[in-house]
Amino acid sequence: MIEQSVLEEVLGVAMRTGGEFAEVFAEDRRNASAVLDDGRVEELTSGRDRGAGIRVVVGDTTGFAHTADLTEAGLIAAAEAAAAAARGGGGGTNVVALDRRSASRGYDIETYPGNVPKARKVELLGRANDAARAVGGAISQVSVSYGDNRRHILVANSDGLFVEDDTVRTFFAVSCVATGDAGMQTGRESVGHTIGFEMFDMYDVDQLARNAADRALTKLAARPAPSGQMPVVIGSGGGGVLFHEACGHGLEADLVAKGASVFRGRVGQQVASKGVTVVDDGTMEREWGNIAVDDEGNPAQRNVLIEDGVLTDYMWDHLRARKEGRRSSGNGRRQSYQNLPMVRMTNTYLLAGEEDPESIIASTPKGVYVKHLGGGQVNTATGDFVFGMTEAYLIEDGKITEPLREGNLIGNGPEVLQRIDALGNDFAMGPPGTCGKDGQGVPVGDGVPTLRVSSLTIGGTAA
Amino acid sequence: MSDELLAIADRVVAMAKPGEQIEAVVVRGTETEIRVFGGDVESLSSAQSQGVGIRIVVDGRQGFAYAGSLDESAIAETLADARDNVSFATFDEFAGLAEPDGVVIPVLDLHRDAMVSFATDDKIALAIELERVVMAADPRISGIESAEYADSISEAAIASSAGIRTTGSETSCFLATYAMATEGDETQTGFGFSVGREPSDLTPSAAAIEAAERATRMLGAVQPPSGRLTVVLDPWVTAQFLGILGYTLDGESVLKGRSLFAERLGESVGSSLLTLIDDPTDVRSFTATDADGEGLAARRNVLIENGVLQKFVHNAYSARRAGTVSTGNAVRGFKSTPSVGCLSVSLVPGISEPAALIAGIDDGVLVQEVSGLHSGVNPVSGDFSTGAEGLRIRNGELAEPVREFTIASTLQKMLRDVQAVGSDLQFLPMNATGVSLVVADLTVSGS
Repeated sequence: MIEQSVLEEVLGVAMRTGGEFAEVFAEDRRNASAVLDDGRVEELTSGRDRGAGIRVVVGDTTGFAHTADLTEAGLIAAAEAAAAAARGGGGGTNVVALDRRSASRGYDIETYPGNVPKARKVELLGRANDAARAVGGAISQVSVSYGDNRRHILVANSDGLFVEDDTVRTFFAVSCVATGDAGMQTGRESVGHTIGFEMFDMYDVDQLARNAADRALTKLAARPAPSGQMPVVIGSGGGGVLFHEACGHGLEADLVAKGASVFRGRVGQQVASKGVTVVDDGTMEREWGNIAVDDEGNPAQRNVLIEDGVLTDYMWDHLRARKEGRRSSGNGRRQSYQNLPMVRMTNTYLLAGEEDPESIIASTPKGVYVKHLGGGQVNTATGDFVFGMTEAYLIEDGKITEPLREGNLIGNGPEVLQRIDALGNDFAMGPPGTCGKDGQGVPVGDGVPTLRVSSLTIGGTAA
Repeated sequence: MSDELLAIADRVVAMAKPGEQIEAVVVRGTETEIRVFGGDVESLSSAQSQGVGIRIVVDGRQGFAYAGSLDESAIAETLADARDNVSFATFDEFAGLAEPDGVVIPVLDLHRDAMVSFATDDKIALAIELERVVMAADPRISGIESAEYADSISEAAIASSAGIRTTGSETSCFLATYAMATEGDETQTGFGFSVGREPSDLTPSAAAIEAAERATRMLGAVQPPSGRLTVVLDPWVTAQFLGILGYTLDGESVLKGRSLFAERLGESVGSSLLTLIDDPTDVRSFTATDADGEGLAARRNVLIENGVLQKFVHNAYSARRAGTVSTGNAVRGFKSTPSVGCLSVSLVPGISEPAALIAGIDDGVLVQEVSGLHSGVNPVSGDFSTGAEGLRIRNGELAEPVREFTIASTLQKMLRDVQAVGSDLQFLPMNATGVSLVVADLTVSGS
């Protein structure tokens, strides 16, 4: 994307005012999407974003500038702006010699979506629409979306690091509305992987569409969710967002350093029930949160955050790790070249236990079974978090009975982790997610086995 | 400067082939974001960005492409992509661009030269002052999660072969902070902000004191018991709720069978105290604009009047399909085709101060923060359940802080259960304006 000699020159300029660290992050991203709604393919969209972000660190201050102009002159102008923003003293001279490394993700993309005829992508939309509507007359509306993107990044910094990576992601989602006597309900199914068009060899789009339609239909007969505390069983693959919110964000080193995490100072302590092991793993092949290198050029890692209930480590980006004199954990990510990187999750999951999932439900006299969670949100300073249930049922006398309408559950991270009292042997990854932090969205994955929390507050309306 | 953007848009439109309708949106912006921590700059980002979005309609089929660049080669590639995408869309007799509708674009005071000339050092000083006042506000303030200053200077031009030629330029800035208060092992947080069109509009001390007060008053919070209570939503919370309500009144959702108000025009849908307007021409609003995303004049629309549903909002496409005219509610960036949405939604305020609203409640909760709106509110079904924190109301006075509970109802029922609208309009860094709102009979789920 940019010549090595130009990068070395630009980094030299960035360091000229006394910078301690400088970095060029360049990105060339192509997006393609297609949407079918209300029976019509509304449009195909193609887009391209290309540019570079340059940061310069002086003491505790980071200066940052970005540009869509990747010529040497454009990059030098951005480097000067970033250096000025970092407010360095000046007078330094710095020769940067880059050492080119290769990024590897351990598998190959089979079919680049950019090489697939648009007509084939559009055909998938039509098939899903037909399949969802065929489920029943109560399905009153269907929206289907397809998306792919190819993101080529380059990172070069004043420590000599120079790495490029090329990432391909493919996404497909079906959303249905069902209309009944009691109004409308919605159902959704989505899949996304860090692979190419071969994703459609893994999934039958007709089946995905039927799943979405079934979810909407099921909820037509749903009753209001209960209000108050009771045991909650979360289904395999349906609820990794619980850990993303309950502890994931609180284990991000930037929040910890500011004292904005309830997990501050708790490394080595028992923070969760015995048997609970939580991992953040950017190397998980083909998963939505997979990365070969993070957006600071560090290789993705498998990081164990909580092992058998004991907090083992936080997640780190370059800046926080540098301050602590340790290595980044490969968690420095950013939405685009227009943003500064910060500590972010990749694929966050809870390892399986040994129990039979059926017996976990059978041993719950009264509670809620959440098959699919929606999004969530956490206040890392207090630990209070919420997450939505998009498909849930009552458990009565150890059996799954009536479907429930949507609602949020609320809990406190450190308390909920200690209340996990059953772990199934049926681990699965969940649907693709977008994690938002400080206005930046990045793709993340999550996964859980069937598990039970002995008590959570369910935010429904039924007594 | 916008003339330069309009010239680019004109050039794109001039490339239309026979039978093609073309629309070009060209934008350019300069943004600065300064975060401070510990009395020093933590990060300072400043950058210019630009982009072009090209929409082409041929014989009832639409294609679109965009690029984050205004280079001639990028524009040519984008135009070719948009053209290629046309052939894959389904024929739609209503597809097409916005036509000039004769509504004069209002002259609004949205651009301030003082914003453009304001020095970076002075921006830094505002952010440092914000943090300093937060830290000094109360001995229990233990730190800040964030303290930032941000501004944006943006210009846009839209031109189309249907005869649209519109330019606009806007400036805005804000200060925002999350304060942390700590007592023993317990930490609570509070948010404060100040918004304006130029830095002299900003009041760092008011934002800082609000954040500190919201954080400290939550110390000692307990989980409340479950029950049905009257709830006072503070302006910040009401605004978020109005943003969701706006979705249900968007003409495209109505046409596509996703609005729970689809068949209700002219009917009572809520308390007679409720008058909901969408008014992007109110320059006090952070998202005020003189033109919508298709270059039509922005205008004041009354959506609900005294509880009666009056109007859905439309862009050119949804209006054509619904057999009506655009209400000037096309919403878009350069990376997408126009959707439909409210631009700046607000309730007409009532006459009571918040203290008077609280004085009338024997047993209730003042909600100062909600969480999980995206996961707990379904605007299609109307099911509504969010995490909440705030203060208990007992015998007409604010009492102990409460947290880790949810409030739940349905959007339909909440509108009917509104008991009072406050007089305290608050302009926020979002597309909805806040005001205190009293809603009866919400389900509180706690211990």
